[in-house]
Amino acid sequence: MTIPVRPARTPAEDAIAATLQARLAVAAGQGGLEGRLGELSADALEAFRAHGLPNRRVEEWKYTDLRAAVRDFPPLAGTPGPAQEAEAAALALDVPHAARLLFVSGALARGASDFAGLPAGVSALPLDAATASNNPLLDRIGSLQPDRYDGALALNTGFLGEGLVVTVEAGIKAAKPVHLAHVFPAGEAVAGFTRTVVVVGEGAELTLVESFTGREGVAYQANHAMELVVGDGATVNLVRLQEEGAAALHLGTLMVELGRAAKLNVFSLVQGAALSRHSVYGRFQGTGTNLGVRGATLLKGRQHADTSMFIDHAVAGCESRELFKTVLSDESHGVFQGKIVVRRDAQKTDGRMMSQSLLLSDNAEMDNKPELEIFADDVQCGHGATVGTLDDKMLFYLRSRGLPLKEAERLLIQAFVGEAVEFVEDEALREVLIARMVAWLEKRAA
Amino acid sequence: MPAVQETVERVRALDVDQYKYGFVTDIESEKAPKGLSEDTIRYISAKKNEPEWMLEWRLEAYRRWLTMVEPTWARVSYPKIDFQDYYYYSQPKAAPKSIDEIDPEILKTYEKLGIPLRERDALLGIENSGGSKVAVDAVFDSVSVATTFKAELASAGVIFMPISEAIREHPDLVKTYLGSVVPVSDNFYATLNSAVFSDGSFVYIPKGVRCPMELSTYFRINERNTGQFERTLIIADEGAYVSYLEGCTAPQRDENQLHAAVVELVALKDAQIKYSTVQNWYPGDKDGKGGIYNFVTKRGDCRGDNSKISWTQVETGSAITWKYPSCILRGDNSQGEFYSIAISNGYQQVDSGTKMIHLGKNTSSRIISKGIAAGHSENTYRGQVSAHRKATGARNFTNCDSLLIGDQCGAHTVPYMEAKNASAQFEHEATTSKISEDQLFYCLQRGLGPEEAVALIVNGFVRDVLQQLPMEFAVEAQKLIAVSLEGSVG
Repeated sequence: MTIPVRPARTPAEDAIAATLQARLAVAAGQGGLEGRLGELSADALEAFRAHGLPNRRVEEWKYTDLRAAVRDFPPLAGTPGPAQEAEAAALALDVPHAARLLFVSGALARGASDFAGLPAGVSALPLDAATASNNPLLDRIGSLQPDRYDGALALNTGFLGEGLVVTVEAGIKAAKPVHLAHVFPAGEAVAGFTRTVVVVGEGAELTLVESFTGREGVAYQANHAMELVVGDGATVNLVRLQEEGAAALHLGTLMVELGRAAKLNVFSLVQGAALSRHSVYGRFQGTGTNLGVRGATLLKGRQHADTSMFIDHAVAGCESRELFKTVLSDESHGVFQGKIVVRRDAQKTDGRMMSQSLLLSDNAEMDNKPELEIFADDVQCGHGATVGTLDDKMLFYLRSRGLPLKEAERLLIQAFVGEAVEFVEDEALREVLIARMVAWLEKRAA
Repeated sequence: MPAVQETVERVRALDVDQYKYGFVTDIESEKAPKGLSEDTIRYISAKKNEPEWMLEWRLEAYRRWLTMVEPTWARVSYPKIDFQDYYYYSQPKAAPKSIDEIDPEILKTYEKLGIPLRERDALLGIENSGGSKVAVDAVFDSVSVATTFKAELASAGVIFMPISEAIREHPDLVKTYLGSVVPVSDNFYATLNSAVFSDGSFVYIPKGVRCPMELSTYFRINERNTGQFERTLIIADEGAYVSYLEGCTAPQRDENQLHAAVVELVALKDAQIKYSTVQNWYPGDKDGKGGIYNFVTKRGDCRGDNSKISWTQVETGSAITWKYPSCILRGDNSQGEFYSIAISNGYQQVDSGTKMIHLGKNTSSRIISKGIAAGHSENTYRGQVSAHRKATGARNFTNCDSLLIGDQCGAHTVPYMEAKNASAQFEHEATTSKISEDQLFYCLQRGLGPEEAVALIVNGFVRDVLQQLPMEFAVEAQKLIAVSLEGSVG
């Protein structure tokens, strides 16, 4: 295989390309990265060499310039030792009654993961085991990849190796949530890459929690991608909590395919990382499906968080709802990009997208880009976006009732983000999320 | 769904060839040699008797243009333009000295278009209808052929003349303001325009003057294979007010003609400019053959405090529209408005919208955009609203609605909202839908025919924008909307 050599751009890009190349070379010496994973990695390296890190000249990354933001590329994380696993287990988010599978710096910590506690009908297979046994589900990897080059996803694909394949058998209603906890413990800054494939069978039900936490002050780079296939008539609730350490880089990609009459309800809470990007690619494969993607982002300091969505209505009669709330204090920078595409055949589509943001400081910045691309005529689509600050009248009202300013602000912000959290159906999970938000608000008010 | 079925059938039967301004005026004209080079620019500049500085300005723009690449970000597709295949200058042979010397063929053209060039006729019109006076600058291919009511305007201190004359007669004003809103190297087409612009209108309203009548320019492309590159510059000095109208048509031709205009508006302290456009360039035939490429840069600068610029546009023509009338809200308390109706049918492609750049304190802007797509057309709204760090109290309201008629067209919305100030308040809402069955049913039940019902609903859909047009144009625009959608909604 010949790979055209591209002139050097930034040191980070060179380091990434060299690490990718070295990793492929080592693998080749050992007989190569096997099968599909090897092919995908090689393709990703080639694409990365051609395009590099996404930058502001790339329309989808207009407001999040990775080429400028990513200065260096730390070494890849190794296999975690018992001490690190123990620390990670302590750092991980606690979700009551959930079966927890733990990733330490991107690598699966088998010993600290509760495989035995997985609900009946749900199985989780480490990616390397799946590769060794040539599991047919491996074909799912990369199948939901968007047509356009996505730099964050290309990196994840290039470093494919760690991850899980989770399956839920048809007709099974998982008795408890499955929690995928991704933790970066203390130590040297490292880069970790994880890929999860989740296939939910026909008519099945699953609640899935993903949490991302890490040590403050460590400039680690976390890159996670999930491919989620929701079968016909299946229901999935996905809750994502991103609370990475304040110096971290977090790149997350969620790719979703929805079958006929499937239902997916995603909620994402973003509070962490110096720079984060969450890309959602949703594709409708069957009619009568229902997709809800909602989230709340709370930022402070110089944090930068980007949520970008591409919802593709390819078939008729589907419904999508997006609601995002962003609260920005200090010098933080929030980005929301949402694109709803309604293809010619997708008649009777009902799509609504809303992004609302609160600017709490004159130095904060919010960029919104809600897009509609519509080719079918019998549809109802709308989007809205608002930017503003706390309402003086409401603040005055609360203060006239005896609440201190900080408390009044806290209450109003909580009510503002609360509108999105309401859509989390699982009460225990909703409580966990609200507790995390309240913690953020109290820290701010302190 | 009988109504939808009928709409679809009508769209299929639609013949865009019913463009009623598609006639050609047969007059002798004098053209610059085909193609673009420094010599072409020298030729244009010499034809216009321009001073040396103007020629230098043009040549510099041309050299800049050579280094630029055509933008590709808009959602339009067309074969690559061969810029050497156009005539960059064309003027009717006998240059008129006064209105009585204008080639009767041209006068006839404007009569056919319904534009009275003779003040006498216009005055007669007033006596009959009681309407207000409109001063007209008529631009035929590359030259302004007549400007009416010049004397009356001059007595009010208003300067209204072809820009080519203004360059000679008011060089100081032109030097101060030309290129100050749209810099020479702003974008590919603006730079091309800076190099080869031939004519257009120049308006200066002195301090405290409320322009006594509506000003208007009528653009007409007649000659084959020509590009029209007009340049309009409007300056409203402190406390002045002007309302300016612009209309455009072109003959039906098989080849695509290029229209790349630049319009600059400057509103100083307390000044107000209202700029209205009814754009009805030839849209091409029913198979998408021919039509005007309309690549236009329009920008207004609210330079002084409390100034206001308002853009209103009715876009029904052109094969391809690439146009974003924008406002730079530099002065404190300044206001920007953008009202737009963009109708596309046949194989038209529209990528239009606005930019509202909030720089001063307590600035506000309002965007109302209505897109109607029928046939095989693509209709995109692309807009940007941004508030800079120091723009405290910036306020924006955006509403863009799209209506789809038929299932072969597309409607797209691409808004950018960038807020860098906590006191900024932005609201954006957009909807896309087809004509609701409920509304149709309601109208039918009240005894309206299906076509009347659809027309009524479409009229209601665009009403917000139509209300913003000066009366003379509102009537024309309403007719245009009916003609543009003829066969698709009745």
